[in-house]
Amino acid sequence: MNKILIIIQREYLSRVMNKRFLLTTILTPLIMVGFIAGAAFIAGTDKEMHKIAVIDQNGFFKGNLRDASDIKFEFPTDVDTSNYSKKGFTDIIIIPKFEGTAKAEYIIRSKKRIGLSLESKIEDRINDAIEDQMLQQAGIDRAKLDSIKSSSQFAEMKSLEESGDTVKESSAALSYGIGFGSGMLIYITMFIYGAMVMRGVMEEKTNRIAEVMISSAKPFQLMMGKIIGIGAVGLTQFFVWILLIFGIIAASQFFIPQDVLQQVAELQKANAQMGPGASMAQAGETAQKLYKFQNTMSTANWPLIIGCFIFYFLGGYLFYASLFAAVGSVVNEDPQDAQSLMLPITMPIIFSFIIMSRAVEDPSTSMATWASIIPFSSPMVMMARIAYGVPGTVPYWQLAASILTLIGSFLLTTWLSGKVYRTGILMYGKKVGWKEIGKWAFRKN
Amino acid sequence: MSAILELTNLRKHYATQKAVDDISFSIEQGSIFGLLGPNGAGKTTLLRMITGIFYPDSGHIQFDGKTFDPLNDIIKIGYMPEERGLYKKMKIGEQAMYLAQLKGLSKAEAMQKIKFWFKKLEMESWWNKKVEDLSKGMSQKLQFVTTVLHEPKLIILDEPFSGLDPLNANLIKEEIYGLAKRGSTVIFSTHRMEQVEEICDHIVLVNLGKKILDGTVQNIKQQFKENKFSIKLSELPGTLSAPAFNIVHVKENELVLQINEGFKSNDILTHFLNNQCTVESFHEILPTLNEIFINQVEGTHATARAFQKTED
Repeated sequence: MNKILIIIQREYLSRVMNKRFLLTTILTPLIMVGFIAGAAFIAGTDKEMHKIAVIDQNGFFKGNLRDASDIKFEFPTDVDTSNYSKKGFTDIIIIPKFEGTAKAEYIIRSKKRIGLSLESKIEDRINDAIEDQMLQQAGIDRAKLDSIKSSSQFAEMKSLEESGDTVKESSAALSYGIGFGSGMLIYITMFIYGAMVMRGVMEEKTNRIAEVMISSAKPFQLMMGKIIGIGAVGLTQFFVWILLIFGIIAASQFFIPQDVLQQVAELQKANAQMGPGASMAQAGETAQKLYKFQNTMSTANWPLIIGCFIFYFLGGYLFYASLFAAVGSVVNEDPQDAQSLMLPITMPIIFSFIIMSRAVEDPSTSMATWASIIPFSSPMVMMARIAYGVPGTVPYWQLAASILTLIGSFLLTTWLSGKVYRTGILMYGKKVGWKEIGKWAFRKN
Repeated sequence: MSAILELTNLRKHYATQKAVDDISFSIEQGSIFGLLGPNGAGKTTLLRMITGIFYPDSGHIQFDGKTFDPLNDIIKIGYMPEERGLYKKMKIGEQAMYLAQLKGLSKAEAMQKIKFWFKKLEMESWWNKKVEDLSKGMSQKLQFVTTVLHEPKLIILDEPFSGLDPLNANLIKEEIYGLAKRGSTVIFSTHRMEQVEEICDHIVLVNLGKKILDGTVQNIKQQFKENKFSIKLSELPGTLSAPAFNIVHVKENELVLQINEGFKSNDILTHFLNNQCTVESFHEILPTLNEIFINQVEGTHATARAFQKTED
């Protein structure tokens, strides 16, 4: 058997065939979901009720300030700043006398400091009340105003994407979700698996395994075996996660009542016959939501996105992993050396993440375009843009340029890292600087 | 007998020193060869070139009758470096399998050979243990097994006995003799001169990147002998001095003598016999390798070498 295959096999099996891998692979998504749900739960329940006493010297606000879920306005007469908390109020607002249309300072006092969002909420309520008042003064009566307000929210965006002759529904929210999600995933995995490669190389060096190994296999085989083996571990992990997601979706089907599913199927049929925008009046509310969800999900080009994701994950991983391997080979026993040598590698990754989070909001800026072609950032940024559609947002030539430069670049970094690795892995006791590493990388033989 | 390894004018220079500077020697097939030298003499660099880890700057390596080809010849070599280690978290059996497969053995072959060696060195119960559970001596034994498992033509052992108790050291020594008897050639690199004297047929001493001694242990000892003899008499005669020798030292009735130029060992015996002394024992004192080593290396500033700069 080829030596590199034997090495890949060991690197892969020694990581996959242990309990820790199984545990982290299954627990990580569960912990993530649990964390998000927990945060949402805490945010939802942990609202403190604010009972606010309003001292209105104009007699204007009574009955005009709307309460919110966590705010209740009251207009007691026997309350002032000295006794409001005794009377059971958490805060007190003192409204000055109006003088024309000038801006006035309203004072809110409380024992506990008020949060920023609560403060602006209260401000909005007061401004709303004043606005209502002004509209009424301008001749619009109260009932009319209420009816306008309750029926005025009728715009619902449905964006259609043109590509050639066909018009396709698209969803900005979905694209954002996919783009950010996959960019984020690549960002995290680059760190996790890159660091895993580096630790593996450091283990071989500090435990003096390297020389034993290198008398049996070439340093390059050793490095590539490790990189590919760990990359395969990453793919396995993704595969397990995808299976888990499909499993959860399939399981959730059982909890949806049969008639709802039937209605969804009817909606799909109707839609197929009459084109997008067909009436959905007869269907129930749940069915409509479910149909909308399915419809939105179907607007994304999943095969392209998944294919690109795998490519950019592997390409980005190969690009950075070999650099991590080179750093690992240079480091001596001192882990602090690793920190400082890693910085030039981690900085571009973090920087790419920042560009990615901007690109996902506006995928067509020239910054996003360039960053999606330059190999340091292309894995993350291109994923953010691809979610918005190929060739609509990302023309084919950009995708091709990005793919080709990434392939070329990881071949180059692997080659240079291989040379650094070859020298570094057997070098003990000497602290190595960047200048020397550069010399190793660009040395001829 | 033919030479399995022939080095001709081998050179390897680093930026700051000439690690190996024009070294040539050859090693007979089936012999046990000692490569000696002080710390930093260039032994490790030399071994790394022989194992294909480094390429020489210039010079030629002939291995097994052909020019050395690191890619293919590597499986005919077993190298146990001085800086050695194993994957701590890996099970011992798997570790041995892994290294054996990298040396080109098939799974079945590897399994069979590992079982053979584990049985021989009483390591059978170790299979499912992890390397981190082994003592230093135990992992040394494992390391030895993984080095010789694929029955290489050339076995290179750098300080193979460090960390082994006398019992295990003996066990390994016997295996080394056995391997040499079965046709493997062993290169043995160490500072422990008494082991070299005991085990090696042929030695080379390097210092400051150059070869300074080359020959069989007996020849080298002859070469450095100082014509000293030890003689034990039943009682000392009245007059000790004679033109044939100088007295180096006297301890009770045992004398150490050095023969003067132009005389032979028989002249000593004749002198004492003529003085009516009873000779109880008489033998030549050859220098130990240790003495030769210290003698040759002392004063060359070998230890300070690492900090010297060369011109090129």
